Amino acid sequence: MRLSRFLKRDLVILVLAAVVIAWANGDLEGLLGIPGWQSYGVRIINMCAINAILALSLNLVNGFTGQFSLGHAGFMALGAYTTALLTMDMAAKDRVFFMTPLVEPLRNLTLPFLPSLILAGLIAGLFSLVVGIPALRLRGDYLGIATLGFAEIIRLIIQNVRKVTNGALGLKGIPQVVNLWWTLGSAFICYLMLRNLINSSYGRALKSIRENETAAQAMGIDLFKHKLLSFFISSFWAGVGGGLLASLLTTIDPVQFKFHLTFQVLLMVVLGGMGSLSGSIIAAGIVTYLMEFLRIVEETHYWGSITIPGIPGLRMVIFSLALVLVVVWYPKGLMGDSELTAQGVKAFLGRFRKTLRLKGGRPV
Amino acid sequence: MQLSMFFQHLANAISLGSLYSLVAIGYTMVYGILRLINFAHGDLLMLAAYIVYYARGMFHLPWPISIILAILLTAGTGILVERAAYRPLRDSPRTTILISAIGVSFLVENLGLVLFGGRPQPFPLPAVFDSGSAREIGGVRVENITFAIPVVTLVLLYVLLHIVHKTKTGMAMRAVARDFDTAGLMGVDVNRIVAITFAIGSALAAVGGIMWGMKFPQINPLMGMMPGMKCFIAAVFGGIGNIQGAVVGGFILGVAEIMIVAFLPSISGYRDAFAFVILIGTLLIRPTGLIGEKVAEKV
Amino acid sequence: MILDIRGMKMQFGGLVAVDNLNLSLEQGELVGLIGPNGAGKTTVFNVITGVYAPTQGTITLEGRDITGMRPDLITRLGVARTFQNIRLFSRMSVIENILVSLHWRLGSSVFDAIFQNRKYRSEEASMRSRAMDLLARVNLDSVADLPAGSLPYGSQRRLEICRALATEPRLLLLDEPAAGMNPAESIELMKFIGRIRDEFGLTILLIEHQMRVVMGISERIVVLDHGIVISQGTPREVSRDPRVIAAYLGVEQHA
Repeated sequence: MRLSRFLKRDLVILVLAAVVIAWANGDLEGLLGIPGWQSYGVRIINMCAINAILALSLNLVNGFTGQFSLGHAGFMALGAYTTALLTMDMAAKDRVFFMTPLVEPLRNLTLPFLPSLILAGLIAGLFSLVVGIPALRLRGDYLGIATLGFAEIIRLIIQNVRKVTNGALGLKGIPQVVNLWWTLGSAFICYLMLRNLINSSYGRALKSIRENETAAQAMGIDLFKHKLLSFFISSFWAGVGGGLLASLLTTIDPVQFKFHLTFQVLLMVVLGGMGSLSGSIIAAGIVTYLMEFLRIVEETHYWGSITIPGIPGLRMVIFSLALVLVVVWYPKGLMGDSELTAQGVKAFLGRFRKTLRLKGGRPV
Repeated sequence: MQLSMFFQHLANAISLGSLYSLVAIGYTMVYGILRLINFAHGDLLMLAAYIVYYARGMFHLPWPISIILAILLTAGTGILVERAAYRPLRDSPRTTILISAIGVSFLVENLGLVLFGGRPQPFPLPAVFDSGSAREIGGVRVENITFAIPVVTLVLLYVLLHIVHKTKTGMAMRAVARDFDTAGLMGVDVNRIVAITFAIGSALAAVGGIMWGMKFPQINPLMGMMPGMKCFIAAVFGGIGNIQGAVVGGFILGVAEIMIVAFLPSISGYRDAFAFVILIGTLLIRPTGLIGEKVAEKV
Repeated sequence: MILDIRGMKMQFGGLVAVDNLNLSLEQGELVGLIGPNGAGKTTVFNVITGVYAPTQGTITLEGRDITGMRPDLITRLGVARTFQNIRLFSRMSVIENILVSLHWRLGSSVFDAIFQNRKYRSEEASMRSRAMDLLARVNLDSVADLPAGSLPYGSQRRLEICRALATEPRLLLLDEPAAGMNPAESIELMKFIGRIRDEFGLTILLIEHQMRVVMGISERIVVLDHGIVISQGTPREVSRDPRVIAAYLGVEQHA
């Protein structure tokens, strides 16, 4: 059933990716050019993959369906906490829940990673229905602040229901199950799912809602059902992303899931191009890499006798500035609403070569 | 609860409500003319507080000069932000300009973190508001600052309403809020009016920020974020685009926040959640707010 | 009787846009709805298609009450429309615009679409061929993959009509389809509308300002002024009606 023409192409990519991962697990200093530890490089690629999932899923709602949601962090939090609570064993939980004991049956329940991750997505998806059914009736900026409000409420609930989440103390000692297979694998599945969805009739329905809601409705599209569908899938993956994050970081607390987390994902989506899947992936990679690379400007450096002081917090200044600049000057972002294709790259290189030849003074 | 305790809370509630009102006005005015939620507005109150902090602490400027300087610089910042981040996007879809506003807000906050450091700093107090300076009203001890805030707010509100309803500039502002394009066609210098609106709103936020610093004498670069959100919610609750609505919304929100926590201390952890619940309730039940008016869309 | 409107009244706050409208359409008719600007014509369309629920009155489609129904449900029952200001999905391609109209008939579920299984792929293929057929009938098949927004104005108008046709309606509402066209183009459009009425077995209600177009193809005309019907009849009768002339007095048309 699945060996149609374009799934063969996916298999090729899958095999290539597997080769890269296997190689990367062996040697990453060469791959990234970051002097330092092997595990540091792996960690960055893990973060890239997780951020790709987050950016892709936010892009589905904001970029493809044209609905302005600012609630991503809330669904990530739900996914993270679900995964954490389900993968930690009872001993680990008792250690962490020292102020208020964890409520049964959660305390006894421990599941393997895969079901925990899937449940993380499903619970986030479930909450997205609770949020979406009232909120998706709103338009534009109102939807944005309503989803922002819901995300904050979710976060504040997590912060207060100590017997389930340990409140402000957070959770530590989450088993670190994720490795490159999990993160890159999930990212790949996420990309495949969204790509197939976008290229299908449902994807066209979502895009038509973005282009012109009234006309879409006049052509028989059930607006509410489709917006909710988009929202659900997006939140599912936000939950999965949150779960992967929890397993990667091994410690989570409510403060991590404030609005600035949604902001970072939004930055990736805008930078990559709202309406381009490959754009989101590329932007996720760039932003993740830069986040790490720019640590340099925040640390103090010594060049011989010159001391260049580090400026903590400068990274976020640069990113905020980048967002404003991109949105004002390049609102289409890197890819606009096109995807990265082999032809596209060839065409780009062709134009590039032509310009070079012209500039060299020689005829084309 | 003892009666004196109750009045203590009430006094604080009214104070907080006034502060919220001052900042909410800025949100509502900008939304009225540009249909933009100026996310960066709340951070301006932080900026003003820090200007006063450095003016007093580092340069030892006298109080009146510090305050005036803070107000002018904050108003200037507001105008600058509009010019750089919002005006180029006037013809873009609304979500684009909203993203820009979010970006500016984060930029201001993070610049604040970089320039001022993340640790909370104590805010200087003028002699008249020194901790410990208080009055006795009906057997209840009310700090001077708690008393002063609503008074200052009412005075500023009176001045603002006078400007909006009794001057030519105010009329132009109302015209632009009613119909942006037609006002421009009628000869109103729209860009100037927008700048003035931002200036006034920012100035009010500045006063709010300075008084905030005096009342809760600790400032940090992220102090504007939550109050900013709440003030916006207050503006929506009262009726976005409507100045009286912003004031009513601000007062109700501030009073509710303090009184609910006073009577039900067990849910004080959810203090910040009230505002969001009110927001969602308003958007779903009565999106035009308490005093707002409906704007129809032509199909 | 395809459409039966009884006592339609549409009031927005203090403004009565349409008052006591009675109008019925028989299968296969081509009826023109005219009137000075602001007469309430588009409002009538909006009420029929469910964008607004009328303040009073009923709308019956082939015996079924559709008053105040949701627009997409009304479309599925067989009513399609175009818009006064072109509302194409500009960034999507020409054929994608048509495919959107075919979406509601899709039998495949989201899962079918995500897994791209055989059921989905065959449905997609048949949708595409139907879309290309439709485009060919309006001579837009050569530009099927271009962004809809890049087409010349006249082609965009034709595409909008084609998109409405793709929903397989019984009743087609055209809102100023000739707006912005020169006289030659308008005559072409006239013929085109007549042709699709016959080919697709439609009933058509047409709003139009260009008198040449509307008088030329309508079998019956309804004249609206300030929300009230002031005249009804054949184009000849209506153009001689003194009330109609008075309503249009001072407004130059391509008469």
